[in-house]
Order: sequence, then C-alpha cells, then structure tokens
Amino acid sequence: MALGSVILFAVLALVVVGSALGMLLSRNAVYAALFLVLNFATVALLYLILGAPFIALTQITVYAGAIMILFLFVIMLLGAEKLPDTARSGRQRWVAALVALVFLAEVGLYVAYRGSNLAGMPALTADFGSPVAVGLALFEKYQLPFEITSVILLSALVGAILLTRQEKQRS
Amino acid sequence: MTITYYLALSVILFTLGAVGVLVRRNAIVIFMSLELMFNAANLVFVAYAAYYQLINSQLFVFFVMTVAAAEVAVGLALMVAIFRTKHSIDVDQMSALKG
Repeated sequence: MALGSVILFAVLALVVVGSALGMLLSRNAVYAALFLVLNFATVALLYLILGAPFIALTQITVYAGAIMILFLFVIMLLGAEKLPDTARSGRQRWVAALVALVFLAEVGLYVAYRGSNLAGMPALTADFGSPVAVGLALFEKYQLPFEITSVILLSALVGAILLTRQEKQRS
Repeated sequence: MTITYYLALSVILFTLGAVGVLVRRNAIVIFMSLELMFNAANLVFVAYAAYYQLINSQLFVFFVMTVAAAEVAVGLALMVAIFRTKHSIDVDQMSALKG
C-alpha cells in the first residue's frame, strides 16, 4: 500500500467531512450551499482517483454547477438566508443521534466481520472509466434506462413549471 | 488503499446527511442534506466499480445524478410554491395536515 495515496485520501476525506459538517452547522443557507459545492468538488476528486473521470466531470458540471446554482437562485429568490433556523427541539434531536449511532455501528460491525476479507483496490487500466467506455456501455447495454431518464427529466421540467406558475385570478 | 476506507467515508457522509435532515428546520438545508446522502451512495458505487473493475456501477451513478437533478427541480419548485402561500419554508410550520 503506497503511503502517498493514503495521505492523499486522508486529506481529501478530511475536506469532505469538514465541508459536510460546515454545511450542517452554518446558520446562513448561502454558506451551507457554498460548503456543499466544496464537498461535491472534493468528492469529484475522489472519483478521479477511483478511475471515473467521466463521472467526476459530470459531478462538477451537474452537481457543483447546475444543481447548486439552482439552490442559490432559490435561496436568494426567497430570501431564505435570513430566516431564523434554530435546531429542532427535544425528541427529534434524540432520533438524529440514534440514527447516527445505528449507521456508525452498522459499518463498524461490517468492518469487524468482513473488513479483513476485502483485498486492496486492484490497479486500474488506463482506459477504465474513460468517456468512450462509459458511452459505449450507456448506449449499448443501458439504452432503455437512458431513454427513461429523458422522460423523467421531461416530467420534472413540466412539474416544475406547473408548480411555480402564477395562479390566474378567477373572476 | 482498501475499499474499507471509502466505505467508512461514505457512511460518515451519509450519517451527516441523515442527521442534517432530522435536525435542521430550513427546508432548503434539508434538501442539501438529501444531496449529501445521494453523494455518499454515489461514492460507494464508484468505489465498487473500481474494486470489481466493472463499468456498470459508474452508469448507476449517472442515473442517480439524473434522478437527483429531477428531484431538486421539482423540490425547489414546491419550495417556491409553499413560500408563496405560507411566507416561510420552516418545516415545523408545514403542519396543515396534522390532526
């Protein structure tokens, strides 16, 4: 196991977890959105390490670009960054702590029982995950799901327009 | 590098997203926490794609991203519509259906 790759992963993981915590803890919704952009960009770097350059760049353009711009638009449109946002009281906080504990305990058990069986990551070939490979698999093997996603996007488009349309005054 | 590191990072991300959904009251921040959970799932998909040398799970990430984009578009439109009627996006105030 190369020490350099472990150090690189540790630095990136620290940035990922730190920006996620920053998103959770920041009172201002605009800061939360900017922390989330940092998080998405850093996860895209992890995708590059894992041999998925196409997915990494899709992550940058779709998530860190388009989706977060949409979030910032809506935050500024509604003035949501000024809304008071205190944490929810009492019971819900305990549920959150319980859920967190259960998730972490699950992965702890998994690592304790199965972690030793998992081998190291195999070395990746140069063209693994290249845009050519992804495109060929997408249009040969997964053509029907690909077409269905276009229907999903179309219905989301129609739904978004329908929901935000101003109601006409009925006389 | 074993895949366990990536699994652990992904679980931590997913946990932070779930805690964010339960703790925060601003509906937009709740949406961002949902995106964080999508991201954690995508990270596992890509890590296993590299582990098993299969391109298929990278395509799953592609489809998850598409669905997430559609979900965000509809969700934020809902948010705008709710803000127009209630002048707030505090989820504790959206209790009109509560018995």
